[in-house]
Amino acid sequence: MREAIRQAIDEEMDRDDRVFVLGEEVAEYDGAYKVSRGLLKKYGALRVVDTPITELGFTGLGVGAALAGLRPIVEWMTFNFALLALDQVINNAAKMRYMSGGQFRCPIVFRGPNGPAEYLSSQHSQSLQTYFAHVPGLKIIAPTSPYDAKGLLKSAIRDDNPVIVLESEMSYAWKGEVPSEDYTIPLGQAQIKREGTDVTIVVHGKPLKMVLEAAEEVAQQGIAVEVVDVRSIRPLDEQTIYDSVRKTNRAVVVDESWPFASVGSHIAWLISHYCFDELDAQVELVSGEDVPMPYNHSLELAAQPSVEKIIMAIKNVCYRS
Amino acid sequence: ESIQGKEIDFVSRFFAPHVGINEDSVTGEKMVKDRKKTEKLTKSLYDMVLIRIFEERSAQLYGMRKIGGFCHLYIGQEAVAVGSIAVLDLKKDYVLTSYRDHGHALAMGVSARKVMAELYGKETGCSKGKGGSMHLFDIQKHFYGGNGIVGSQIPVATGIAYKQRYTKDGGVTLCFFGDGAIHQGAFHESLNLAKIWQLPIVYIVENNIYGMGTAASRVSSITDFEKMAAAYDLLGVVVDGMDYFDVVEKTKEAVYRARKNGIASLLHVKTYRYRGHSMSDPAKYRSKQEVESYKQMDPIEKLKGQLIKEGLLSGKEYEKMRDKIKEVVEDAVRFAEESPQPALESLHADVYAPMEK
Repeated sequence: MREAIRQAIDEEMDRDDRVFVLGEEVAEYDGAYKVSRGLLKKYGALRVVDTPITELGFTGLGVGAALAGLRPIVEWMTFNFALLALDQVINNAAKMRYMSGGQFRCPIVFRGPNGPAEYLSSQHSQSLQTYFAHVPGLKIIAPTSPYDAKGLLKSAIRDDNPVIVLESEMSYAWKGEVPSEDYTIPLGQAQIKREGTDVTIVVHGKPLKMVLEAAEEVAQQGIAVEVVDVRSIRPLDEQTIYDSVRKTNRAVVVDESWPFASVGSHIAWLISHYCFDELDAQVELVSGEDVPMPYNHSLELAAQPSVEKIIMAIKNVCYRS
Repeated sequence: ESIQGKEIDFVSRFFAPHVGINEDSVTGEKMVKDRKKTEKLTKSLYDMVLIRIFEERSAQLYGMRKIGGFCHLYIGQEAVAVGSIAVLDLKKDYVLTSYRDHGHALAMGVSARKVMAELYGKETGCSKGKGGSMHLFDIQKHFYGGNGIVGSQIPVATGIAYKQRYTKDGGVTLCFFGDGAIHQGAFHESLNLAKIWQLPIVYIVENNIYGMGTAASRVSSITDFEKMAAAYDLLGVVVDGMDYFDVVEKTKEAVYRARKNGIASLLHVKTYRYRGHSMSDPAKYRSKQEVESYKQMDPIEKLKGQLIKEGLLSGKEYEKMRDKIKEVVEDAVRFAEESPQPALESLHADVYAPMEK
């Protein structure tokens, strides 16, 4: 996965000299998670820029550079640190076009690992997509495979709007086929990752793996699960979700962030609203627990969605025990 | 005129080549005879008076509820925007400021019509009625706002300077903000970045003594803000914001340092706003005597007096200029009044940019 992301950045930097990378440890250290490995050597210090630990400052600098015509890729070492930069993302990157009456373009990518890894406790294990998903003017993607990561990120870099890319520390090591030729995946297209007729599971990001495991397990009990990987939270491919739910008549939404006013709860509401007549059961939401993340591993796992929790939700909407 | 304890003829001060830094220095001839330079001075006076009259009219219109929301007037500070922007090359230089932005927009050449229409929230406004008083923008004129969050424009301006360095286009960015913004992390983070990457930028703190209703002295470890530059090994310079020529001279030097050597500066411009923080502020935190004492140093009266004294302008010409400006402002008001409201369908327009092809 990290290699796919690196390839996307490398190819786009090669293709367009307005593209540059900035963030903490991206250059000489080769990236905190080694995503930008080798880029400094290839493109030099003006285009692969080590920043001081000033998320607000370098994020805002990226916004200014984008408004002036460059195409920055801002790496946040983790999304937890991006909280320091929220003013620049929400008040400037997302709003400049609208409040200037359409004068500006803000082609900037903000990327880095979001969500819990392991043993990192409360401040380093947060799924913060909701903070960004809430804001009109931003686009948000959550790739779940190396193929998607490369194709989506290339589209994000070429997009003329600010795009947030949700990666995950746990998924950087995931493997998958990536073609060598140039390709892009348009933002705003969900993908059916598994076809089925009994229950639709709508998911984004890292929990996809658990969802696929759960689907495999319930298949042995005769429940055919369809898995919709939204891939892009904004714009959201609502049609693919509704088409699937109208076929299966049952829906489970999985989102590893907190349940209160989350991406998951919004999608669950959309389904309840737009597929009301076709639903045979209430929509279930499998989310992170409504607590800060603890350090202890058993507690930490209990705070997150799990294969077991997803299976229970599937059975609930199928009225099976 | 006495500046820095020295008696200097104002014309020679304005045009005298600074040692080693004045690019377009003119030597020998008496500058008074240089029509172009005279025109430039008259234009600056015109811009300052335009801002003054525009703002006075805005205050009236706000009282009449023609203008809504927050409305932060620039009256008293005119020499700062006009004097500093006068030294720019607007083909390649950029300007950003805070929400007290009407003056900067006008000094950047955004038309009074477009600015007034924006205050009215009309479709013909410079931000199509979606920005309002605090969010004036004109991308063609390199005026990048207009920012409603205290200090939020400072990293953005630093990023524009990064683009200027990246493309080596020879441009410089001026970043204005108030004394209230100087304690924001955004300011300190930006100065550090400007220093380590040698960005062509000039930070201009317009110290009008009050961050909203709070005197800077009550919330600042120091009030001689120019010293803050030292923490980032940059040059901090004190500027008399009530004196057009001092603003011009100090900005010119700072712009030169930025353009030629990528050295950022912090200009601590001492100025004063005659009105409250915004239209809803009766300004009870300061005395009438204080306001009066600053009005005695009025930047427009001062520049006007200097031009008349040097024979570059007559009292009659000045009156004609004022009349003309009043007409321009009234025309802007009429234009705003008569302009259409934005169509309701525009509500959803311009949230996202379409792909450029």
